[in-house]
Amino acid sequence: MSACRDEDPRIHGIKTKIRVVPNFPKPGIMFQDITTLLLDPKAFKDTIDLFVERYKGKNISVVAGVEARGFIFGPPIALAIGAKFVPLRKPRKLPGQVISEEYILEYGRDCLEMHVGAVEPGERALVVDDLIATGGTLCAAMNLLECVGAEVVECACLIELPELKGRGRLKGKPLYVLVEYQ
Amino acid sequence: MFAAENGLRGDPRLQAISEAIRVVPHFPKPGIMFQDITTLLLDPKAFKDTVDIFVDRYRDMGISVVAGVEARGFMFGPSIALAIGAKFVPLRKPRKLPGEVISEAYVLEYGTDCLEMHVGAVQPGERSLIIDDLVATGGTLSAAIRLLERVGAEVVECACVVGLPEAKGQRRLNGTPLYILVEPREIENCY
Repeated sequence: MSACRDEDPRIHGIKTKIRVVPNFPKPGIMFQDITTLLLDPKAFKDTIDLFVERYKGKNISVVAGVEARGFIFGPPIALAIGAKFVPLRKPRKLPGQVISEEYILEYGRDCLEMHVGAVEPGERALVVDDLIATGGTLCAAMNLLECVGAEVVECACLIELPELKGRGRLKGKPLYVLVEYQ
Repeated sequence: MFAAENGLRGDPRLQAISEAIRVVPHFPKPGIMFQDITTLLLDPKAFKDTVDIFVDRYRDMGISVVAGVEARGFMFGPSIALAIGAKFVPLRKPRKLPGEVISEAYVLEYGTDCLEMHVGAVQPGERSLIIDDLVATGGTLSAAIRLLERVGAEVVECACVVGLPEAKGQRRLNGTPLYILVEPREIENCY
């Protein structure tokens, strides 16, 4: 589901604040830079408000954010809905005992980690990242949460790249995005 | 300067915040007592109180920029920025920011590292706050201060949740005031 299809009046302002940087990190990639959105307090607040309005009152007790840009959007959402924030990090960053989930990149593999004990069985969780491309990272995030017995209610991103079909890689779980980049 | 010495002595929120921070011995290497703030983030009330204390301090200071140091500064900075109506500027490790950047090197125990900021994110004359989870030697924060001052911003204060013993007694970093919520609960000799 995309908020842009609902035509919320705040969406246009958000979309125009996202800067596209060509050929980063390598030729052919049109990088979606959300840092320019963060420079506009109203647009940044609108972004958070859209997510909070959707998830408040849904008994979500965990917001898991993917390092590092998920750390920018996840905590404000968590605070506003009264949930805890759980960072999902690259290897060897979290100091305590962790569980790990490997995932495939275009070339090679990477790994996401979560602290043991951060999430309890039965908790209802949201996964937040700035963008979904192929869905590999979000899928790994979902696996971590489900591994400890949590229920992933939805994945939430600012931006979707629909051509990469990441939406279909979320094990049947719903995806909510604010804008699509074609 | 610690919050308890600056108007918040006896504030029950500070004790809860301190107790919510987990100490992990010998991470990332032997002898280091790592201050793990992820357990604070698992406590919605303590996390909210942390943000509220910073917001109450900074909301009327005319601050238009909150700069957060990657990655744990990202967990606290944006919420403060949103509440005080400031923009949030991420200060990142090299090659993460996609646009044109300025860089500032800083010294580690072994070798150097580098912090980057997007060109154009901050305008001359803007009043800014720098936020990170923890301050130890102050090397990273000093690099952050230099980045902001290089583009003509004024750094009003550096704010951290935890201040290690090395930071104790330091009211300023290179002339910039330092504000710290709590000190580590256990200051044990590990050697």
